[in-house]
Amino acid sequence: MIKSLLSAAAISTLMISAAFADGKGPAIVFDIGGKFDKSFNESMFNGAEKFKKESGTDYGQFEIANEAQREQAIRNFADKGYSPIIAAGFAQADAVTKVAKDFPGTKFAIVDAVVDLPNVESIVFKEQEGSYLVGMMAAKASKTGTVGFVGGMDIPLIRRFGCGYVQGVKAVNKDDKVSQNMVGDTGAAWNDPVKAGEITKGQMAKGADVVYAAAGGSGLGVLQAMADAKKLSIGVDANQNYVHPGSVLTSMVKHVDVAVYNTMKAGDAGFQPGVHALGLKEGGVDYAMDDNNKALVSDDMKKAVETAKADIISGKTEVHDYMADSKCPVE
Amino acid sequence: MARVAGIFGGGVFILSHLTALNRGMTPAIELINIDKRFGAVHANNNVSIAIAAGTIHGIIGENGAGKSTLMSILFGFYQADKGECRLRGKPEKIKSSTDAIALGIGMVHQHFMLVEPFTVLENIILGAEGGALIGPALDKARAALKHLADEYELDVDPDAIVGELPVGLQQRVEILKALYKGAEVLILDEPTGVLTPAEADHLFRILKQLRDQGKTIILITHKLREIMAITDRVSVMRRGEVVAEFDTSKTNVGELAEAMVGRRVLLRVEKTRAKPGNVVLDVRHLTWRDKKNIARVDDVSFNVRKGEIVGIAGVSGNGQSELLDVITGIAKASSGEVIFKDQPVGIKDSPAELRKRGLAHVPEDRHHRGLISTFTAAESAILGYQSNPALGKGFRLNRDAVVAQSLKQMQEFDVRPADPHLKSAKFSGGNQQKIILAREIGSNPDLLIVGQPTRGVDIGAIEFIHRRLIELRDQGKAILLVSVELDEIRSLSDRILVMFAGRVMGERPPSADERELGLLMAGVGKEAA
Amino acid sequence: MSTRSDLPAWVDIGLIPALNLVIAFIMAGLVVLIIGENPIKALAILLGEPLFSLQGWCNILYYATNFIFTGLCVSVAFHAGLFNIGGEGQAYVAGLGAATPGLILGGALASILPNALSQPITLLICLIGSFIVGGLWGLFPGYLQAKRGSHIVITTIMLNFIAASLMQYMINRVYRPTGNQAVESRAINDAYIWNLREIGNLFGAKLPSTPLTPVIFIALLAAFAVWYLLWRTKLGYEIRTVGANQEAAIYAGISPPRIIMITMMISGGVAGLLAFHEVLGPQHKLLLEYVQGAGFVGIAVALMGRSHPVGIVLAALLFGLLSEGGTQLSFEIQSISKDLVVVIQGLVVLFMGALEQAFHPLLQKFFRQES
Repeated sequence: MIKSLLSAAAISTLMISAAFADGKGPAIVFDIGGKFDKSFNESMFNGAEKFKKESGTDYGQFEIANEAQREQAIRNFADKGYSPIIAAGFAQADAVTKVAKDFPGTKFAIVDAVVDLPNVESIVFKEQEGSYLVGMMAAKASKTGTVGFVGGMDIPLIRRFGCGYVQGVKAVNKDDKVSQNMVGDTGAAWNDPVKAGEITKGQMAKGADVVYAAAGGSGLGVLQAMADAKKLSIGVDANQNYVHPGSVLTSMVKHVDVAVYNTMKAGDAGFQPGVHALGLKEGGVDYAMDDNNKALVSDDMKKAVETAKADIISGKTEVHDYMADSKCPVE
Repeated sequence: MARVAGIFGGGVFILSHLTALNRGMTPAIELINIDKRFGAVHANNNVSIAIAAGTIHGIIGENGAGKSTLMSILFGFYQADKGECRLRGKPEKIKSSTDAIALGIGMVHQHFMLVEPFTVLENIILGAEGGALIGPALDKARAALKHLADEYELDVDPDAIVGELPVGLQQRVEILKALYKGAEVLILDEPTGVLTPAEADHLFRILKQLRDQGKTIILITHKLREIMAITDRVSVMRRGEVVAEFDTSKTNVGELAEAMVGRRVLLRVEKTRAKPGNVVLDVRHLTWRDKKNIARVDDVSFNVRKGEIVGIAGVSGNGQSELLDVITGIAKASSGEVIFKDQPVGIKDSPAELRKRGLAHVPEDRHHRGLISTFTAAESAILGYQSNPALGKGFRLNRDAVVAQSLKQMQEFDVRPADPHLKSAKFSGGNQQKIILAREIGSNPDLLIVGQPTRGVDIGAIEFIHRRLIELRDQGKAILLVSVELDEIRSLSDRILVMFAGRVMGERPPSADERELGLLMAGVGKEAA
Repeated sequence: MSTRSDLPAWVDIGLIPALNLVIAFIMAGLVVLIIGENPIKALAILLGEPLFSLQGWCNILYYATNFIFTGLCVSVAFHAGLFNIGGEGQAYVAGLGAATPGLILGGALASILPNALSQPITLLICLIGSFIVGGLWGLFPGYLQAKRGSHIVITTIMLNFIAASLMQYMINRVYRPTGNQAVESRAINDAYIWNLREIGNLFGAKLPSTPLTPVIFIALLAAFAVWYLLWRTKLGYEIRTVGANQEAAIYAGISPPRIIMITMMISGGVAGLLAFHEVLGPQHKLLLEYVQGAGFVGIAVALMGRSHPVGIVLAALLFGLLSEGGTQLSFEIQSISKDLVVVIQGLVVLFMGALEQAFHPLLQKFFRQES
């Protein structure tokens, strides 16, 4: 055993000094909430698992427990020779920036944020486009003329969801009201379904009968509250239609799974640095249709959404991006 | 028939054994070749004692001589490394106090093992409840208690709350507890330490009756007078060994003391007449009330002059401790005033201030106040004087200076071992007291307040301490002495005040009759100061 | 912690901890076995990865830096008879004291002084700031204990929660630049503690990437300072007297309330130095939860180190090893998640700390027969 220890030592010493042309394969660092959040992180996990199943290559993974661990986790994978290293979520942007500078030979990818370095691929999504579509559906499905939006953490990214959503609602019916709330100010807001449920009940009290959750793991609380009240909800990130069949109107899917899968599959060889903004056109975002919500979506609703989708792809309709100017034209 | 047997070793065993046989009966208890070590300390070295049934057997010895260890082995608290215990001739393994009680051994500890909020009856059935419901046991105990009370003068109200009883009665509850559990052999560890002379006399009467009814009693004490008063036989222990055994009727105090200490001792302090000077401490109408607003020190007035020792006698718990606390600045007076060296002791005067003004204090409770058992002797030897600039400049504490000062004091006061680095707890009671005394006298005070200077201190050290106090008096210092040992008060003091229930019952000269002082201590007096 | 042993010294401070550690590893091995992994392999990673590489050692020292601060924090209070569970909160809130001068003053100083001068001055102010803020957060429960009799265990636990909420509010509402998505302050570049790798780069040496910074020397200095305070100053004597015996302290003219407050101020201040290290060192910004439980590890460190600075440094190294090894373990064996690593560390704490005396009677018997 001493021998193996010594050789392990030798290897790790080697790993420090050498560059890693011949790395250990891809790795992924999940953010707070964990890989089974039924939302953003889980979607990434699913993409990674798909890659593993198809290629037979294992990948490194780590779930961080607190804010301060991000850099350490990414650095550790880089040290060990993993590449590309995918970081889930905007909160890791700073950590990726630091580590990527220290490991110019290693490839990094970050989802939901932009890191401007030659060895980083930044994958961002045009959430406003998908949110616009589900906003239209919400307006069409609402009987009261009031719909709701529950965001996770109060950050520009989530405001972008909300802004797209409101634009969609107003596009259908200018006088409809949108009740908007955020779960919290910090990372914990992604993981507080109870509070999210309470907020949802508050919105229902104001008349909202369709509520869109853009709150990661907290969104489950929104879906639950609406299902309990026999009203409609809209899921986010992953296809959440199955969570409460007959209650979830649709889901604004953000294909982070596809993005992760693509990045892993491309590997070091096919790595493409730079910013990749994925919208409806690129298949990065969409609204989800399946057996679980077929009965809820009328033909008229579907027709209107499809038309709008085509218009957005063609550029005929432009959905305002909140993050472009930190403003939303509609409330 | 005295045999000083330190050199004979096992001889004691054979001889004492023979004595028992001569009386024609099996001894109630035989401890044979008991050996017990605690690390480097040889607490019991091949100890053999035989105790005849129906006698009062005294075990006497200085602190740390091994008396308590021996009894703890008999009562099952410790296991002997070697040797055996025989009860009525039968070898027994006593592994716990439960075993001991089952074998008919009862013990009354120095510190009572009573549940204070419980009634007397509830305390007595403790450990003998017998079933889930205590009703039947209580009824049974009530009947038994009445019977015991009639038989041995052991009256106690069965429904009184133990915590509210006076100490003497609490001790009676302890004895009743043991008897109720069927004790044939009763061990009493320093039973008179907390009693007034009258209470002690009562206890001795009870013990004699118990003996006459056939019980065997083992009395552990360091008071020679008690041994002489009630025991039939006495074993003397020194340094873990039984060094001598006597029939009490055939020995005397001097011989016992010599056997205990291993050399001749002076039992009375030689002193000249005091030459009192100016008043150093003047206490005027001092009252101190506790949290329940009860006056624990009640309108006390007296003074202490240069060159005299004023003794305060009284049974422990009659306000002496509180009085000392107020005078030394630990507690604040409720009313009245204390004037020290013509200046009143104000609210802001902390013990540290008073120390600077020349008031030294040897506290009553050595272990809880006088020193810190986990500290080294050197560290304990600066307690209260830690900010003395001689021990280090500014915020620093100069280790070498502390150790040097401690060593000097140790040599001057003959502390053994004279090792400043040894933990305070490792010294014997007498040496601990010497460390404290050295510290307080070493500060060259104008007034020395001394509480219980010789409690738990062996005879050799008592002699030394008493001599030092007289010397200090003769140097013209004022000394206020508080002690529950009436003998000590009488032999040291130039004037005696007696305290009872927070009040000074009267002042007497040291030549006063012991009976008269005893009555004052019990609260019976014609005058109130 | 008193010496309650009559065993030879080497058994007390050498054999017993070693024995406990071995048992802890065996138990942890069983847990690893239960989840179907090879315990030998796990142990090889847990100990081998950190111990047989320079980087591993650097990371151990990095963790140890934090643990020394929090361990000292607990032990200083312990010597005054206080059980300060609030190291976590004190170290957390001290981040305000560490970051604020760096963010505000650092820029101003940098504009009037050369970098080589402004950086050290700013850092020194940050160091004092973190000590003071951490100390104030410790003084508060100290005041409540001394003057109001509120039990320090309860108040420090409560203040940990209050610290978490306060910091969440402060970082989110005050320190986060508008528009910044992550809840953290901007990078503090005007008070920047270089890590070992960056220092190595200056001299052209290629050192492993590690969060280890020279603050480890400040930690060792703090350990020495605590030792000096406790055993070589009058204040230290008074602190230990209050801790050993309050009645004796009152008799000696020492005011326990005063000592309790001073001690808690020092205790919290030492914990606060963790903020100086973490915020200006590895993180270079004020962010959420950077204490990462080190405050609680500090309790175990102080217990194991017998509240003596030398013991604390050694125990901090052990916990540094466990932290680094545990992290490596969760990277190397995917089925061993972060939670299991906590379980393994918990077992070590349990056997080394809580059950420390479990083998004591047995050994006592053994050594008595020997002698």
